[in-house]
Amino acid sequence: MFADFGFGVLVITFLLSLYGISAALIGHFKKKQAWVESARLSMLLTFPLLTLGALTLIYLLVTNDFTVKFVYDVISFDMPLYLKITALWGGQSGSLLFWSWLMAAFATAVTLRKWDRDREFLPWVVIVSCVTIAFFLGLNIFFENPFAHFWVSVSGEIFPATFQPANARLVTLDEIGNGTGLNPLLRHPGMIIHPPMLYLGFVAFVIPFAFALAALVTGRTDDRWIRLTRRWTLIAWLFLSLGLVLGGRWAYDVLGWGGYWGWDPVEIAAFMPWLTGTAFLHSVMIQEKRGMLKHWNMILIILTYALVIFGTFLTRSGVLSSVHAFAQSAIGPSFFIFIGVTFVISVALLIYRWAELKSEGQMQSMFSREALFLLNNLLFMGILVVCFWGVISPLISELLTNQKVTVGPPYYERAAGPLFGALLLLMGIAPLSAWGHTTLKNLAAQSNLQLEKRYALAIARLLWKPAVPALLVLIGLFASGIRDIYALIGLTLAALTTSITAYEFWRAARARSRAQQENFFVALWRLAGRNRRRYGGYTIHLGVVLMALGIIGIEMFQTQTQKSMAVGENIQISGYTLRYDSLAQFPSEDGRQVTRAVLSVFDKNGALLGELHPRYDVYPSGEPMTIPGVRSTLADDLYVVLVNWEGVSEQTTPFKIYHNPLVNWLWLGAFVFIFGTLIAAWPDEERETIPAQARSTQAAFQPGD
Amino acid sequence: MSQSPRIKFILGGLLILGAVIYLIASSTQANAQYFMTVDELQAKGASIVGKNVRISGAVLGDSIQYNPQSLTLQFTVAHVSGDNAEIEKNGGLAEVLHQAVVDTNRAHLQVVYNGPKPDLMRNEAQAIMTGKMGEDGIFYADELLLKCPTRYEQAVPEQSQQGN
Repeated sequence: MFADFGFGVLVITFLLSLYGISAALIGHFKKKQAWVESARLSMLLTFPLLTLGALTLIYLLVTNDFTVKFVYDVISFDMPLYLKITALWGGQSGSLLFWSWLMAAFATAVTLRKWDRDREFLPWVVIVSCVTIAFFLGLNIFFENPFAHFWVSVSGEIFPATFQPANARLVTLDEIGNGTGLNPLLRHPGMIIHPPMLYLGFVAFVIPFAFALAALVTGRTDDRWIRLTRRWTLIAWLFLSLGLVLGGRWAYDVLGWGGYWGWDPVEIAAFMPWLTGTAFLHSVMIQEKRGMLKHWNMILIILTYALVIFGTFLTRSGVLSSVHAFAQSAIGPSFFIFIGVTFVISVALLIYRWAELKSEGQMQSMFSREALFLLNNLLFMGILVVCFWGVISPLISELLTNQKVTVGPPYYERAAGPLFGALLLLMGIAPLSAWGHTTLKNLAAQSNLQLEKRYALAIARLLWKPAVPALLVLIGLFASGIRDIYALIGLTLAALTTSITAYEFWRAARARSRAQQENFFVALWRLAGRNRRRYGGYTIHLGVVLMALGIIGIEMFQTQTQKSMAVGENIQISGYTLRYDSLAQFPSEDGRQVTRAVLSVFDKNGALLGELHPRYDVYPSGEPMTIPGVRSTLADDLYVVLVNWEGVSEQTTPFKIYHNPLVNWLWLGAFVFIFGTLIAAWPDEERETIPAQARSTQAAFQPGD
Repeated sequence: MSQSPRIKFILGGLLILGAVIYLIASSTQANAQYFMTVDELQAKGASIVGKNVRISGAVLGDSIQYNPQSLTLQFTVAHVSGDNAEIEKNGGLAEVLHQAVVDTNRAHLQVVYNGPKPDLMRNEAQAIMTGKMGEDGIFYADELLLKCPTRYEQAVPEQSQQGN
């Protein structure tokens, strides 16, 4: 029985991770290296074992074994093979197994690194990772078993259970028939890669957290743990960012409401660890460079871990399901206890080591690089608090007043908008502060101004040149008739940040090309290669600015209209004219009943720009799906939805039309963003080879000794 | 002026903290939505007119009237409990919705919504509406979400059936 085999694998992996925890504890406290090594090996095995478990479930999915409840819930005969495989994360219990599997991949990878210089961290990294894996496997084993069968009782009732109940027999395939099939909304490329990306981001953040706790327990509280996990953190952050963007793209393509982000608690649940993770990425640099913000970094990584689990909890437990369509489950309390216990232990450790994490320096000026980084952190925390309050306010108000009060998207936009704007400005100034430091020295000689004023002056000196294009942009926007104050501020800030960043690239590359007698572009390339982290970071910032452009465009300038049209009728929106040409109904290859409208798009002068094909598909199971027709350019998107085919009279068809300016920059910016992260995270050959060289020279000496 | 730099950072931090608290408090005030059941809404009477309310109810299939020309949708919902535990106790959401529709003694609420009729608008669907109560006792919905619990066991983000 494959399903029983799969369940067995889960149980064995669960016991193995418990063993790993015990062995690591013994190894640490008895100072026995052999036990630690045994713990390492047991963690090494988690990934191969869970791969076996996941493959078993995939096998059951691919072979349509509907006697297994999970398979019955997420697939049907008519689904294509790739969807049957990706249905692994299409339901509650499967997605939990998937989570553990990815977690195990990172855990196993971390056991394979060179540990010689960081032996003391090893047992604690094993413990944190194994505790996390064991918790998620425990959920699978005790509450949500993806390998549970259907059974038939004596009275003929069909019900799911893990083990054979008394007087029941296994259901036969004939009795079950066809499975329910995956929700059509989830049958989309964006939905296929969005959950894995998000989960990868979630689980990868466990690794830096594990090292942070190891540092706290062992008392090796210098920045070693941060240097070790820098790349892990970047990768985790990249995956999490990708997951969020892909989720937005999926919503835009599939949900047919003209937007990409609805401030749904479930979305926010994934956004919150991203906020703390981003703050963490920035503030660790200050610890590395200046030895400051040590407590703060610990707090951030502890929060990130808690929010990762909390995010999984919100989406998986059904705590908010009174209004949100998410699966009900018994796993809620377990999550709650797990988050509470891990959080309390982490904070207790932090307090225990508080004195040892003393700052090595003190901040001098409000305009210094350190202070700007701290400000950036505070803004991220501010957005986090806004989000957290928004998510929990219904629960709190119900507790206090017995009246459930919630807040919608306007709350988030109004409260978080100014903070995002401030971050955008800060992103622009950030590169200047690096220069500010050196310019300060020059300035210091010739002036006896106060420190603050000198810093401010230094930044102002560097700011004015890049500020000119931004000012021109502002004038241009104003001249073109835009009067919305928030839009003007946002777009000007975007222009300012872009021009400062470009100026920074240009200035540094020109200096290098003069000094080294290199071609400008060669200089630019080598410059970025030498200081990947800085220039990768600036590239990420450029990506974010482009994304901000798209967000400002759709949030502030979106227009929409709706109309029931007869064939041949026109509708106007934002200078475009759409003509409704025809409507056709036909079955598709995979059994969907497709209703497809054809609309011609004309510009202001009446020139034909193209056709749009909004669709309304009904799956064999009766579930409908609305697929918008989109004409996408760099300037704007025309987004047409064929609404509600069912209740339409014969003569007219209702359409909903959105005009989304600039939204494409959101997706383009994401590519720049990924590129920048890859630059920053690319392995540094020089640094990695130093230990290797040291070892080889050692080896070379030995025979001669 | 080399007063302790600490002071100015603490002041700066407090300033940001204050700004964040102000943003949260004022935005919550301005955008608060009250979750209510049909019973609770009708108990409030005139005091709730004009406030942002989020309400859920079971759709009565016979009451659905839709004008595709003007895109006006009218329907009536019956009271259902807002308490999850109670819903579970009474046999799950599908069963509770069915009971609500069948039971003629339940409180009913008339709803008007301007926009296309959502796909899931049918008998015994759960309608989650955001909008305001009019003085005429009719609920004017700005936003309409629908759930059909018998169909969807899977997680579906709420915008899936959203109309504006």
